[in-house]
Amino acid sequence: MKKGILLSVEDVIKKYGDYTALNKVNISVPKSSIYGLLGPNGAGKTTLMRIINQITAPDHGTIIFNGEKLNKNHIKDIGYLPEERGLYKKMKVGEQALYLAQLKGMSYHEAKEKLKYWFEKLEITHWWSKRVEELSKGMAQKIQFVVTVIHKPELLIFDEPFSGFDPINAAIIRKEILQLRDNGTTIILSTHRMESVEEICDHIALINDSKTILEGPIEKIKEDFQPNTYEVSLDTNNLVSSNQFKILSHDKNTYKIKINEGFLVKQTIDIINKEHKILSFKKDSASVEEIFIKSIKDE
Amino acid sequence: MNKIFLIIRREYLVRVKKKSFIIMTILAPILMASLIIVPVFLANQDQQNRLIAVSEDDTKYSSKINDTDNINFEIITEDESEKIRKNLTDSPYYAILDIKNDTFTLFASQQIGLNIRNSIQNQLEKIIEREKLKQAGIDIKIIENSKTKINIETKIIDAKGEVTDSNTEASIGIGFITGILIYMFIFMYGTMVMRGVIEEKTNRIVEIIISSVKPFQLMMGKIIGVALVGLTQFILWILLTIIISSFAELFLIDAAEISNNTDTINQSLILDEITKLTGGIDLIKIFFCFIFFFLFGYLMYSALFAAVGSAVDAEADTQQFVLPITIPLILAFILIQPVMDNPDGTLAFWLSMNPLTSPVIMMVRLPFGVDIWELVLSMVLLILGFIITTYLAAKIYRTGILMYGKKISYKELWKWLTYKG
Repeated sequence: MKKGILLSVEDVIKKYGDYTALNKVNISVPKSSIYGLLGPNGAGKTTLMRIINQITAPDHGTIIFNGEKLNKNHIKDIGYLPEERGLYKKMKVGEQALYLAQLKGMSYHEAKEKLKYWFEKLEITHWWSKRVEELSKGMAQKIQFVVTVIHKPELLIFDEPFSGFDPINAAIIRKEILQLRDNGTTIILSTHRMESVEEICDHIALINDSKTILEGPIEKIKEDFQPNTYEVSLDTNNLVSSNQFKILSHDKNTYKIKINEGFLVKQTIDIINKEHKILSFKKDSASVEEIFIKSIKDE
Repeated sequence: MNKIFLIIRREYLVRVKKKSFIIMTILAPILMASLIIVPVFLANQDQQNRLIAVSEDDTKYSSKINDTDNINFEIITEDESEKIRKNLTDSPYYAILDIKNDTFTLFASQQIGLNIRNSIQNQLEKIIEREKLKQAGIDIKIIENSKTKINIETKIIDAKGEVTDSNTEASIGIGFITGILIYMFIFMYGTMVMRGVIEEKTNRIVEIIISSVKPFQLMMGKIIGVALVGLTQFILWILLTIIISSFAELFLIDAAEISNNTDTINQSLILDEITKLTGGIDLIKIFFCFIFFFLFGYLMYSALFAAVGSAVDAEADTQQFVLPITIPLILAFILIQPVMDNPDGTLAFWLSMNPLTSPVIMMVRLPFGVDIWELVLSMVLLILGFIITTYLAAKIYRTGILMYGKKISYKELWKWLTYKG
């Protein structure tokens, strides 16, 4: 299925004085996908997200949203959950959610109706007239999540959406994010939790030192990163490398092998099968974490 | 535009609903009203007529004692005195003045007011004084004729040659009070804006908000919201002070006293007093200028306060930046006195043109009379000052609110002014 591109960032440069936060960054985010934005601290992810949200403007480069140059009218089409997020402590939950929803351009009645829907969905209706200071961090996070998605934006940007949640609530939020994607929303997600990236992202971009160093569908990146490596379990532990394959590592009877250029998987299986009994044979894929660490080291 | 309205409304309502706001708004007028009413009340209280019995073995003094405005004397015999003394409370007399062998004693059933004691004492002293002068052969008339008291009246002639009363004391009073009020209000509400900005920054809500509105809208919304809080408080103060003091006047001041002044029966005594005191000064003009200079002075300074709030992480760090902002304001405050000494001098002129000091200094100068071109020029310069400071403050604010955990120096602030939005 060929998907259109909702957002593309082209050659964006942003400098703060002498410091370059983004140096010719390019990403393109397909419609209805979950796009993981990865990178070590200080790589420029937050700056990029702020630029997409028009909180700051780039010094150079263009951003195309839905085929148009990014402009003021797009603010209502984008929802942003920043990493550094909070609420007015003294205000009541409902009052505050209404205020934030109205700031996004919703009418009072529309906002109230949608908030009711979300509060019921997340089973937090009884919080409505509590003050924010009475809520726990996780509870406040739920409110922030609701006000981010309330106006049904086409693009949602989540910066560390799972931080502060216990595993149960993190799972609820994850479910909601996946559901939003299935309903056609495009999501950019920045997180340090690599396991969540693997679970829910369709595409990823890796930003390091103000530059994009990797970008694409997650499966393709994995494939490019470690082509032709497989995990083989045998009944013995005396496998040796041959001209067809190379043993990368082994742990008891389990081997990691890399098939050399020009040979097919089937041929390799046949060769091993001659001398050993194969218990399992599967494509080995690197974890996003490994890719992340290795790519940054190689830079 | 709709969004800035939402922000203004929130900033306004949150503050107006606060308990501290409600308490301050009610308490201050009560204090103000009591400042006005208590002296009037006390002055009135003393004017209650007192009847004092005088008993003397001779007529040496009692024949010469005269009734005063609020003390009536009645001469009684010693026998009567004995009788009354036993039951003074039920007698019509407030006190008994007992005179024996040049010693004077006042008997009363309660503590005698100092005024009454002093009044009687003065009269007796005068009687003795005159007696002594007579014995020395000095004509009392000469002494009385040599007593002098003059009162210079001051009048102002305007360009058209029309003469109005002037009142230097009232000018000083009004100039001083309005100048200090502006100084206080700018400080109070400017700090309120700064705290609001710091709160949003430390709460980390600011980034959520500015993903839907521009930082400038958030900053201006807050500043305007707080300005409305200030105006609300100010107007409530005036209204409540008038209401409370009118009520107090009705209840506390003797009905008899009011009926004495039948020509002013329908007019508030206090208003009457104020009009008398400030005759010749255009209070309405001063009121509107006060609102203008408060509003724009506040708008200009609060933009700077907002910039400071955005640059720091906690209120404790604001010191180094607040000081330079407030120096012109404090300077204006200190220079109120020299400006009053010469309200049309060079110092007064330039301080009332500089937007950083004009809100305070212009208010000080106004009651003394300021040329209309000076007033208009000062107002225009203040508006310009407001636009420029707001423009610069917005640049610092925009960058500052998104910076966490960084010690900010002046050099850093200067850099922020050059960043592209």
